[in-house]
Order: sequence, then structure tokens, then C-alpha cells
Amino acid sequence: MSWSPDDRARGAPDARPREAHPLLRLLVAVVFLALLVSPVVVRRLSQAAAVTSSGTSRAAALARYGFALEDVSRAAGIHFMHQSPTLDPKLAPIMPVVASVGASVSIVDFDRDGRPDIYVTNSAVGGQNALYRNRGDGTFEDVAPKLGIADVNRPGTGVSMGTVWGDYDNDGYEDLFLYKWGRVELYHNDHGRGFTRVTEQAGLPRWMNANTAVWLDYDGDGRLDLFVGAYFPAQVDLWHLNTTRILPESFEYAQNGGGNYLFHNLGNGRFEEVGRGMGLTSTRWTLAAAAADVNGDGYPDLFVANDFGIDELYLNEHGRRFREIGRASSVGRTPKSGMNASFGDALNRGQWDLFVSNIAEPGVLLHGNDFWVPVTDSGQVPRYRDMAGPAGVELAGWSYGAQFGDLNNDGWLDLYLTNGFLSGEKRESYWYDYSMVAGGNRNIIADARNWPPVAGRSLSGHQRDRVWLNDGAGRFQDVSAAVGARGNYDGRAVALADLWNRGALDVVVANQHGPLQLYRNTVAQNNNWITFDLEGTRSNRSAIGAELRLYWAGMQQVQQVTGGSGFAAQNDRRVHFGLGRATRVDRLVIRWPSGRVQTIADPAVNAFHRIVEPR
Amino acid sequence: MRYDRRLTLLVPISLILLGAQWSFGILHGYRGIVAAVVTSIAAEAALSRIFLGRARNLASAYMSGVSVSIMVRSPLLWPFLLCAVVSIMSKYVLRVNGRHIFNPSNLGICALLFLAPYAVAPMMVQWGNSIWPMLIIWVAGAYAVWRADRAHVTAAYVVSFFFFAFVRSLIVHGSFVSEIAPITGPMYQLFALFMVTDPKTTVSSRPWAVAVVVVVAFVEMILRLNQVIYAPFYALFLVTPVPLLVEMWWKSPARARRLEHEAAAPVLSPERVWSRPTPASPRSLHRNPS
Repeated sequence: MSWSPDDRARGAPDARPREAHPLLRLLVAVVFLALLVSPVVVRRLSQAAAVTSSGTSRAAALARYGFALEDVSRAAGIHFMHQSPTLDPKLAPIMPVVASVGASVSIVDFDRDGRPDIYVTNSAVGGQNALYRNRGDGTFEDVAPKLGIADVNRPGTGVSMGTVWGDYDNDGYEDLFLYKWGRVELYHNDHGRGFTRVTEQAGLPRWMNANTAVWLDYDGDGRLDLFVGAYFPAQVDLWHLNTTRILPESFEYAQNGGGNYLFHNLGNGRFEEVGRGMGLTSTRWTLAAAAADVNGDGYPDLFVANDFGIDELYLNEHGRRFREIGRASSVGRTPKSGMNASFGDALNRGQWDLFVSNIAEPGVLLHGNDFWVPVTDSGQVPRYRDMAGPAGVELAGWSYGAQFGDLNNDGWLDLYLTNGFLSGEKRESYWYDYSMVAGGNRNIIADARNWPPVAGRSLSGHQRDRVWLNDGAGRFQDVSAAVGARGNYDGRAVALADLWNRGALDVVVANQHGPLQLYRNTVAQNNNWITFDLEGTRSNRSAIGAELRLYWAGMQQVQQVTGGSGFAAQNDRRVHFGLGRATRVDRLVIRWPSGRVQTIADPAVNAFHRIVEPR
Repeated sequence: MRYDRRLTLLVPISLILLGAQWSFGILHGYRGIVAAVVTSIAAEAALSRIFLGRARNLASAYMSGVSVSIMVRSPLLWPFLLCAVVSIMSKYVLRVNGRHIFNPSNLGICALLFLAPYAVAPMMVQWGNSIWPMLIIWVAGAYAVWRADRAHVTAAYVVSFFFFAFVRSLIVHGSFVSEIAPITGPMYQLFALFMVTDPKTTVSSRPWAVAVVVVVAFVEMILRLNQVIYAPFYALFLVTPVPLLVEMWWKSPARARRLEHEAAAPVLSPERVWSRPTPASPRSLHRNPS
């Protein structure tokens, strides 16, 4: 594509070059060759540097990076293996690609014993979910069967995709919302002694194909509402298909996915679906969502990450309506494959940065992750700039869940990212067939019959997770291999929690069709920390949406109590700050969801603080 | 003011680009296109000064920059810069008898895909999900290639692609619909309309141009059977220099002189051939004056 009609004197030689000096011609040729080989040379050099850092021992990692991870799943008594769903036989040739999600993890202290527990999902019909109760001695026991929340994937009800915990009735115990490809479920927590299924009483829909949910109090009435994002449309029953035309109509502009739902908590144990009326009219293929007050008006806004299209940012207009500003804010301009939504103040500016994971397959599809940094001040309609490239977090693989957390307590939020889509035969790739069909017209790609069989091949498989260490200067360094995060399963969800109340964030990774990994984090002793456990009174009792702004040593950092973030995940409700070498915190400013602002001066470091909202 | 016929192609491709970006954001931002176009034009201006001693018309460089920005997908900026500068430099470095033998932007894209796959990918997804963008590209592109008298090349490629897609589906026991999926997307449309038709890197004879593009489609089939994702680019890269070199030889002054020399030699009628004396005979060295 380098011609013009004037070139129709075909076959005629170009204007014959004047005889440039031979040395000059040689120089140009050398430059040309140097340019050609430069990408290879640069790559080799950077790979050599990466190999050097990956060879670090555990002791050296502690000394160099300030922390080290150790997979202690087996020692902790966790032997959970996720099983992928088996859907309608019409999808059999491409089953591994379609049935590629469902591994999730959420952290909850369901029995209020002060120790975070772990809930994980299974996605095979008949498969059992697990609730790992933290015994406090380094081990866990699965109490899901005993408490009635294990056998939730029965035939005809669909299969689990993820869970979020929130105290919707403000009784002091976190309740369980289970979203599925199928019948979503709400389980009331009976004071930590069992769970009662209240789905019908709550007025939830009979069927949807959901892949994300977030608890939030969007209207500030002190009751937790619920956002649910769907992937396939609700009318699709993946076990009884009438048609094979169920796939996205485009790989970047699809709008034939499931709708979004907003369930308003009426306060009597019932919910009312108000999504369309509130402006949530999108029918994209939603995979992840997270809430944060991005414009500082006291109301939680919503970010929605969509597969096969642009992402969406919904501004909450004082609980009356959501206004979509994705394009205006820049986060919804470029169609990609959004699979994760994590807010975090990674630059310690007191503002919400946002990490969205995407696909990066060298030579085939390079969407690249987004690291959205606000360029507007709080109080304004936000606009963002993607700093993923300069920050070094753009390319990782086929990325899914991610979470911000200060893994080495140095006062800067680090980033854990899961990777890998489908691990089949190592030397056999499905990418050729995938790319062949994905570029076609919607009438071709939307029909599962037109997709060549996967036949045991890999599609961006065998990729390792990334642990990106924040250097405090806007750059992240991949230290995954050095610190011990060596799993190369098909990672989906990741959640962070101080599982053993030691002042260190541990990592739990749920892998698709793979084991649950529990990484115990050992942090070097020279950094300090502080953790807050909030309970709302006028606000929702879970305090979900509370913003905590910590000031210390001339720095500030904002964090929040979340009702779900990342991909199919929820972190511990307790909020953990690393402090670096600082031995004193100036103050903590809490903005409760009710709007009340509370300041706590000089809280003790290296301690857990339980704070109840003043009435 | 005289109408510059170069605009016949520059205008539609620019409008396609702007329309696609405006409606679907296909360029994933303006950084890439600005970088590629500016780099292409700057490189062309500098190199033409060095090699030709004069400023060359920059329309071709603009086209190279645009094509690079459409075909290359990368979240990074340097692949656009590198691809653009390599494309333009190739026109001055890889020359035979004063003529470049590779399609410049195709060479740049192939070089990037082969040498830096970690940083770059070809465009493979479609624009939007309706049929209108596809129709607009085909209509505008078809008009442009028809005006440029290259419609036969595009038509031959499209027909060949469908034929070889059918052959592929038989060989791999796959779906014909799957095999033709690529040509229903914009990357192939641009490839068929603007890449394979480059007059500078195709032979001048109409039948031979058709034959060459059929060979391109055939080589592409071979590459596809070996699951090469960038098959069309590589096929064009591999095939086009050969017929060009043959054509150059065919039209070379040396060959013309030789032919002229042979033409000046005695012309033997069939009768003379039949009655031609043996070469050893001294009579054969002399033209019959009658």
C-alpha cells in the first residue's frame, strides 16, 4: 500500500538515483541493517537482565525486594482443584475456550472470629464450592458442606462464576451473593453458624449469565445494593442451546452480550432491579466491575470492564442516575478485552488509579493492559491517561485478575496479576485458527460452528503470574520469579488478605481448571504497617465504600473497603497500609459511606485498629 | 489548477481511515498514525535528497505511513517509527537496477512481525459489527483501483483466495466458512485493494500481473496450511521480487542489445532452415544477398 495512481507507468524504473557517494550509500545500508536487527538485540539484552533477577534466592529476594512468597496450600490443608464447566455438546469442539472462567476467590470473616476465611468456587455441574475456615494455626478447614454453601452447582441451576460478601441486612454478619452462569443465589449468614438461601425472597432473577458482582451503597441509604454484570445474554441456557449463534458478534465492538443489573436494596430483605432506569443500559460482554468515588462527590461510581469492546465508567449522579462517561474520560475509547477492574492509589496522590487487564499475545494480539491515572483533580469529571507503558505493566500475557496491595510494606501499592488463558499441549497453539476466524464478519464469528476445534491445543497457556513491585517513582518491576510466585496455571482470580494477622498481605490465587494457590507472604522486618477494620452504623455495616486516607511521613494514600474488585474476587474488608520505615502515622481520615468524615490522629503503627462509625 | 491524480487514492484511503477511527476507534489512538506518517515523510524527504538530489513527491511516503498505522497493532510507539523508517529505507537500499523490488510497507510489516513479534501484531479484528464499513471499504477501494487500472489484480487475488480457501478446507477437513473468514475482515480488504496492487512492485504485463497474484494466493495457502498467522504478508514478501527481477531481466538493455544483435543476424526462412548447410560449411556465415 505504497503507491499512487501516478505510478501507472508500471514497470518503469524509479527515478534513477544520482550516484550518491559510495560511502554514504554504505552508511545508509548499515543503518538499515542496524534498524532491522535492533529489536532482536534489545530483546536479548532485556531477557538477559530478566534471567539475572529471576535467579534470586528467597533470602536474597527478602533482602532485595523486602518480601517473599511461599506456596503453602498443602501445608495449610487446602487441596482445592477447580473444575471447568461442561456445556451443551454443540459447543464441544471449542468447549475449553467457551468454558474458560469460573475460578474465583473471595475473602470473608464469616464467623467474626477475627481471622479471614476463604471462599472459592467450582464450575462443574455437581462440583462443590469450598469455604475454608481459618483455624488460626496456619491451617484451614472446608466448612462449606456443613454450612450449606458447597453443593450449589446442581444440575439445572447453572454453575458458579464468583461470589461477593456483604452484610445486606446490617446484622453484623457478611452474607453471600453467588453469581453464576445460571441461577444466581443469595445466602443469608445466620450468625456464622450456617447459611439460609433467600434468593426467591430477595426477588432476584431466575437466570442470568453473570461474571461479576459488586456490593455498593449507590444511594447512600445505609443499605448495600448490588451491581451484577453479565456475559452471555440471560436467555442463553448454555446447557440447552437452541442455536450455536451465541458468541460475540465482534471481537472489539460486540454489543450482543448480557445486560447489567442494579439491585436496589429495599431494606426488607428484598431487592428491586433498577438498572435500566438508572442508566445501565449496556449489553456488552461484562467480565469485571469495581466501585470507587472517582469524582469525590461522596457517591460510589462504577467501572465496568468488558470483553470484546470498550470499557465503561458510570458516574453516579447522587444516587439518582448513572451517566456513562467512558469516552469522555478516555477509559472507554479503545476497544479491547477488559477482564479486570482494580482501583488503587498506586502513585500515592490520594486519587484512584485504575488497572484493567487485557490480552497481549506477541505477534498476534497486543491489546495491552491499561493503567489509568487521573489527570483531573478530585471534584471534577475525571479524565484519565493510560500510563501502563511508562509504568511497565502493559504487556504480561493473557491477563485476568489483578489486585493492588502493599506486599512489602514499603508504603507503595504493588500489583499482583494472574495470567494464562488455556493451557493445553505446550507445542500446539490454537492462535492460528483463532486469528483466522476472529477477523471475520459477525455472521461468521458469532456462530460456534464456524470455529475450528481446539483439539487439546493451548491458547496463551502456560503463562506465569506477575508480581509487579512499585518503585515509588511510577515504575513497576516484575519480581514474580524472584519472590516465589512461580505458578503457571491459567490464573483467573486473585485476592489479598492478611490471613494470619501478621501485618503482611498474603495472596490467594484461583486457577481455572487448576489448584487453589495460597501464598504466604514473608515481609522483611524493617518496614512498618497499620491495618483498619471498619464497621458502619449509619452507613452499611460492612462499611463497603468507606474511604480511608492515611497521612504519614509527608505522604498520603487512599484505600477503601471494597465490595468486590479485580476479576471474580474480593479482598479482605480490612484495609492494610504499608508505612515503609516510618514509625508514626500523622492521621487517618475516614469518609464513611454515610458522608460523615472522621479523623483519627496518631494511630499506633504495627497494629490492627477496629473503628466503629460514630453515630 | 490541475488536478493531481495521486489524490484519487490518497483521498479515499484517508477518508476510510478517518471514518474508521471516528466511528470505531480502529487506530487505538492517534499516536501511531502521527508517528508513522511523520516518520515516513521525513525519511522519504531526507533519503530522496541524499540519493536523488531533489525532493521527491511525498504522496507515496504518506501512503506508506498510513498503511503502517493501519496494519500494525502495538501499544508501544517505537514499532510504528521503526516500521515506517524501514519501509521507506528499503526503497533506497534494496534496489536492483534503480528499482525497488519489495512493497515497502509490506516489507516493514514483515520485518517487524518476524523480528519483533513481542511488540507488534497485525490488525486482525474487523471494524464494527455491521456490514457497512466493509461495503464502504470495498466500494471506495474498488473505485480507486479501477481508476488506477489495477482492478484486475484485486479481482484475481480475491477469486484466488476463495479458490484456495476451498482447497484448504478440503485438505484440513475444515469449514469453508472458517477459511474465508479472513477476507471478510478489513485487513484482507486493505491487503487485496491496496497492497497487492502496488504498481512499483508488480509486473507491467496485465496477464502476468494476474498470474503473479495467483501465485501470491497459492503461497499464502501453503503458509496457511502451516498455520502461519501472517501468511498474506509473508506470501507477498516472498513472491513479488521474483517476477520483478525476471521482468527487469526481460526488459534489460543488455537483453535488448542482444536481441537487437540477434535480429541483425541472418534471418533464416523455414525453407532455408530445411536446406541449411551444416555449421561447418563456410557458406552459412554469409547472408544470401537475394
